[in-house]
Amino acid sequence: MSGAGANRMGPGGWTTLILAGVYFVVPLAMTAAFSLWEGGSTYGFEAYRLLLASADLPDALLLSMELALATVAALLLLLVPAMIFMNLYAPGLRPLFEFIATLPFVVPAIALVAGLTALFTGPEWLIGTPFYLVIPYFFLALPFAYRSLDVGLRAIDLTTLTEAGQSLGAGMGQIIRMVILPSLRAALVGSTLLTLAVVMGEFTFANVLLFRTFAVYMNQMGQHEATAAAALAVVSFLITWAAMLGVLIAGRGQTSIPGGH
Amino acid sequence: MATVEVNRVSKSFAGRQVLADLSLTMGEGELVCLLGPSGCGKTTLLRIIAGFIPPESGRVLVAGKDVTALSPSARRMGMVFQAYSLFPNMTALDNVRFGPRVAGRPKSEQIARAGQLLDLVGLSEHADKYPHQLSGGQQQRVALARALAVQPQVLLLDEPLSALDAKVRVQLREEIRRIQRETGVTTVLVTHDQEEALSISDRVAVMNEGRLLQVASPSTIYREPSCGFVARFIGSGAVLRGVAEGHSVRVANLALPASAAAAHVHGAAVEMFIRPENVRLQPMNGQLPPGAVGVEVRERTFLGSLTRIRLTLPGTDDQFSLWADLASEQAEAFIPGSRVVAQWDEAAPRVMPDADAGLRNG
Ligand SMILES: Nc1ncnc2c1ncn2[C@@H]1O[C@H](COP(=O)(O)OP(=O)(O)OP(=O)(O)O)[C@@H](O)[C@H]1O
Ligand SMILES: [Mg+2]
Repeated sequence: MSGAGANRMGPGGWTTLILAGVYFVVPLAMTAAFSLWEGGSTYGFEAYRLLLASADLPDALLLSMELALATVAALLLLLVPAMIFMNLYAPGLRPLFEFIATLPFVVPAIALVAGLTALFTGPEWLIGTPFYLVIPYFFLALPFAYRSLDVGLRAIDLTTLTEAGQSLGAGMGQIIRMVILPSLRAALVGSTLLTLAVVMGEFTFANVLLFRTFAVYMNQMGQHEATAAAALAVVSFLITWAAMLGVLIAGRGQTSIPGGH
Repeated sequence: MATVEVNRVSKSFAGRQVLADLSLTMGEGELVCLLGPSGCGKTTLLRIIAGFIPPESGRVLVAGKDVTALSPSARRMGMVFQAYSLFPNMTALDNVRFGPRVAGRPKSEQIARAGQLLDLVGLSEHADKYPHQLSGGQQQRVALARALAVQPQVLLLDEPLSALDAKVRVQLREEIRRIQRETGVTTVLVTHDQEEALSISDRVAVMNEGRLLQVASPSTIYREPSCGFVARFIGSGAVLRGVAEGHSVRVANLALPASAAAAHVHGAAVEMFIRPENVRLQPMNGQLPPGAVGVEVRERTFLGSLTRIRLTLPGTDDQFSLWADLASEQAEAFIPGSRVVAQWDEAAPRVMPDADAGLRNG
């Protein structure tokens, strides 16, 4: 079908496609080329060597990873049970869920930061540490995680599967563990990777709140080591692509190689 | 294997009564079909028996024990749903052993039992396939095996065949009947396919608007419908509204022979019901024989070996139709638009009091 679609595409379609390709590929290629520039007319991997040698990069990367994992855990622990419950027992609440899940798109990040700093009172263990960032990251990643889980839940007949499990003598816990979560594997992987990508790339919050995450580090480096920052950008692009590829492969696995064991 | 007793169950949704004081008793090992038009409350009744929804009033008893307050997982009832309900992350075998597995049976026993049941439904070779690798009919067989794996006291089937194509449906319904006989499990099957209900049940329960209209064996339901609704709903045939007059029913100034009318008060509003296989046709030549009715041929529907002919009573503006089933080669003589003679055995029509007459006149 998609083959037939491609054949039917007129010259206008091709022009658009090529222009879009140029639009995406040129900046990337220039960034990659710039990351290899060593001054004058010499090119090499000096910028990447510099990156690896940097003492601060592992710390920044580790911090971002920790934040990402904490955000994933918070999102999944809250969203999965809430969405299963909503679908089974309160489908009338769906519009409310949809509304909440799109709010972060509507409120600009900087407004969120302003709101957060106003809340600068709270327990010591949270406010003083970078894990304070999990709160805004939770809301930033919420729409993506929600959408991915929603697609997964719509693909299975949750009510019938639950009732089938109950009629076979299983309790709700057993049904969630043995049937629902395994059937949502692709959606769970998808929302995890999307959340990772969002958190790894987030700059505004971390910068304003003065934490040195991966994105902040990249920005600081760009101010004095422009080629190294470009190298970092290329690397983070590759990481994001790998994450997206992961989503695609997990999604494909759902239909062709059912998992579970 | 147990008796099931539904005792005066009522249920409303949002103020609308869906089940009205409904009672139904089933014997051990009996297969009862719940038959009725869409929205009449069949699924609701089944789900109340299964425990997924609580009745507003009334009780459900299984083997004499009140189970009304028990959760679905405590009721030991196998259920097969209309929608495909196999667990998508498990193979056919794992689906079937799910019940014994959550009950904590030893693994070897789970697998042995699941194997036997897959054998019973004829799917041993497909044990390692996932639901999406099975056809619709195969999935419903696995669902049946899975429901039986918990050795249920009662088996509840909610239109398990409605998503399948006609041929598979006929094959599978016979298989359900065979397996039900072999296992002897008391079974309720919901359907709105009357042929399905008549062909496999011990008794058919005809429902409309939350009430049971008649519960009887298939042949009784077919031959002696208790009211106009059951008559219209089961099989095909004409239900004509009229007035009892001795041994006939007067319909629009025609006296239609029906000896059963004598059981009604002269002048009472009745419904006369006659099946197409009881109506004989002859070409019109001269005088009408006594007890015959002149009718007009309206349309012919070819049904294979039989052809069904729709006839209308003269001078009634097409309001009153009857049907006659004829061998197809005979039917060719009766051309739409022509006048013909219809006759039937005086004892063939059923005559029932017209329940709605008061409503219509008042
Ligand atoms: N959860 C519910 N909330 C509100 N109304 C409901 C609910 N379940 C069923 N109903 C209503 O109750 C009536 C009976 O529904 P039920 O599903 O029992 O019908 P049915 O006989 O199974 O019909 P079908 O042949 O279409 O499956 C319908 O009018 C339906 O709209
Ligand atoms: Mg139904």
